[in-house]
Amino acid sequence: MSDITLNAATAAPEAAPRTPPASQIGLLAWVRANLFSGWLSTLVTLALAYLILRWVVGFVEWGIINAVWSVPNSQTQACRDMKGIGACWAVVTEKHRFILFGTYPYEEHWRPALCILLFIGLYIVSAMRRFWRSGLAFLWAGVLAVIGVLMWGGVLGLPYVPQERWGGLVITLILATFGLAFAFPLAILVALGRRSKLPAIKAICVLYVELIRGVPLISLLFMASVMFPLFLPEGMNIDKLLRAQIAIILFAGAYLAEVVRGGLQALPKGQYEAADALGLNYWQKTGFIILPQALRLVIPPLVNTFIGFFKDTSLVLIIGIFDLLTAGKTAIIEPAWQGFGIEVYITVGAIYFVFCFAMSKYSQGLEAELNRHRRR
Amino acid sequence: MSETLEHVASAARTDAPPAIVLDKVNKWYGALHVLRDVSLNVALGERVVICGPSGSGKSTLIRCINRLETHQEGRILVNGIELSDDIKALDDIRREVGMVFQSFNLFPHLTILENCTLAPIWVRRMPKKEAEELAMEYLTRVRIPEQAKKYPGQLSGGQQQRVAIARALCMKPKIMLFDEPTSALDPEMIKEVLETIVSLAETGMTMICVTHEMGFARQVADRVVFMDRGEIVEMGTPTQVFETPQTDRLKLFLSQILRGH
Ligand SMILES: Nc1ncnc2c1ncn2[C@@H]1O[C@H](COP(=O)(O)OP(=O)(O)OP(=O)(O)O)[C@@H](O)[C@H]1O
Ligand SMILES: [Mg+2]
Repeated sequence: MSDITLNAATAAPEAAPRTPPASQIGLLAWVRANLFSGWLSTLVTLALAYLILRWVVGFVEWGIINAVWSVPNSQTQACRDMKGIGACWAVVTEKHRFILFGTYPYEEHWRPALCILLFIGLYIVSAMRRFWRSGLAFLWAGVLAVIGVLMWGGVLGLPYVPQERWGGLVITLILATFGLAFAFPLAILVALGRRSKLPAIKAICVLYVELIRGVPLISLLFMASVMFPLFLPEGMNIDKLLRAQIAIILFAGAYLAEVVRGGLQALPKGQYEAADALGLNYWQKTGFIILPQALRLVIPPLVNTFIGFFKDTSLVLIIGIFDLLTAGKTAIIEPAWQGFGIEVYITVGAIYFVFCFAMSKYSQGLEAELNRHRRR
Repeated sequence: MSETLEHVASAARTDAPPAIVLDKVNKWYGALHVLRDVSLNVALGERVVICGPSGSGKSTLIRCINRLETHQEGRILVNGIELSDDIKALDDIRREVGMVFQSFNLFPHLTILENCTLAPIWVRRMPKKEAEELAMEYLTRVRIPEQAKKYPGQLSGGQQQRVAIARALCMKPKIMLFDEPTSALDPEMIKEVLETIVSLAETGMTMICVTHEMGFARQVADRVVFMDRGEIVEMGTPTQVFETPQTDRLKLFLSQILRGH
């Protein structure tokens, strides 16, 4: 009896895999399941679809169809006529140099432009894992030095441009790149220091983090620009941008240190013990075992903090440094262009967005790739 | 493990200076006295199995030997070097003492091969190529050379523990410490790991192994040490300890172990 059923079972031809019923797959099924699953959801879907459509159509009309793309010689009458109906992108066309480069001498604009390209190239190269080797550090040092030479000039036949005249996007990139490039290693050292067995080192690191975290960035910037010079000997003056830069590095360092410490905390004790038992010394253990794992764990909060600081560099406006946002604001002070803030802010916002979105996207890919070993 | 297995011929050399000397070692965690006047000499090539109830200080004891824990009183000598705060001495000792943990503790972000070559390259300053050959040799010996390019997370528990053994062996240690190497494993994996350790015992390696696998203890141990509440209560050949326990504590422990199996 059982023999027969067994034979029958094995003799039966293997059932061909069937595709699920059509109502379960495809766009239509998804739409039905998610947007029109009941009368209430249908209603909400329709109402929202109407609103979204209205807004998109309105934006396209305002931003593209009715937009004024350029005007002759700052004659903004054409723009004023279309106010509220069409966007005045002419302000961006007219002022884009100012937004990107600030008050940098007009005929030298190629220098900050080249710097922006260098920065972007540096980001792209650094993003590629196959370049992750010690040479990359030298590349950074080299590129940052070249950027310094380009911006300041005064050598190689480049006219000297004082820092007060720098501005625009390049300032934002300088503050963010130098800021994070220095803050990140600082943060790692501080995070390690907070877990040190040596009480003095630990105390210094705790004090640093708590002090810096306890005050707003704005007040740090104020201190750097107003108070710091008071303590310097007469005649000695440190560049204002450098002071702001240091304030940003210290501030970002404290926040990043806590993020990194979170990763260190999350590692099982067994990893430290296994490294110790193999005879690895402190720096080998930290460099090969602890940090690679800890940093992978904290990629999301790390990037979150990076993005936050990229945008926080705009706070330097309060001490009179012309970053991207300040340049945008200043561009529309001129009477002819007053009232076209929306267009400028949309543009500035879009520039910030491109950088932040790229960071975010990249980190997602990196996270997936670096955590490959966790997959079976 | 069946008891009919032959005892692995002992390589213990009592004429040579002892590999490990514990002399009246005391340790406290806060107020908790976890090691009380523990004295134990392990000869070169000797295999010692430590057993005892949970919390009796077995892990603490063997972790003191490579100073993952520090003892507060008494002396510990490994290969004639006394354990102290001297970093240099500690490095020398850790280089010679391999350890295998209950929870494997492989480095999950490194491949199996990298796990095995990291310490030889950086601690022993071995050329990379040589370290890789050595690692493949030991991975072959623990019978998983084909997994070398995988990550630890892709291996079974038993395979991971065998990698951990190979990783420790790649440092060419003179002494191996095992802290319950099989207690996180399923029965069929326990067998494969124990076989690996038995074959290691056959090479004459000095080892201390914390385990409750009595069949294994009978097969390889020159000496079984029974610990309870931080003390060494009884010590002797496997037959002495398992067949003719002297103290009530050991009798109780053995009856519980047997019931558990
Ligand atoms: N880091 C620590 N801090 C405080 N107490 C500890 C610590 N590690 C272990 N202990 C305590 O020390 C005692 C001995 O622990 P140990 O891990 O050596 O026992 P064990 O014999 O290995 O037990 P098991 O068989 O469960 O592994 C236990 O009471 C334990 O609670
Ligand atoms: Mg234990």
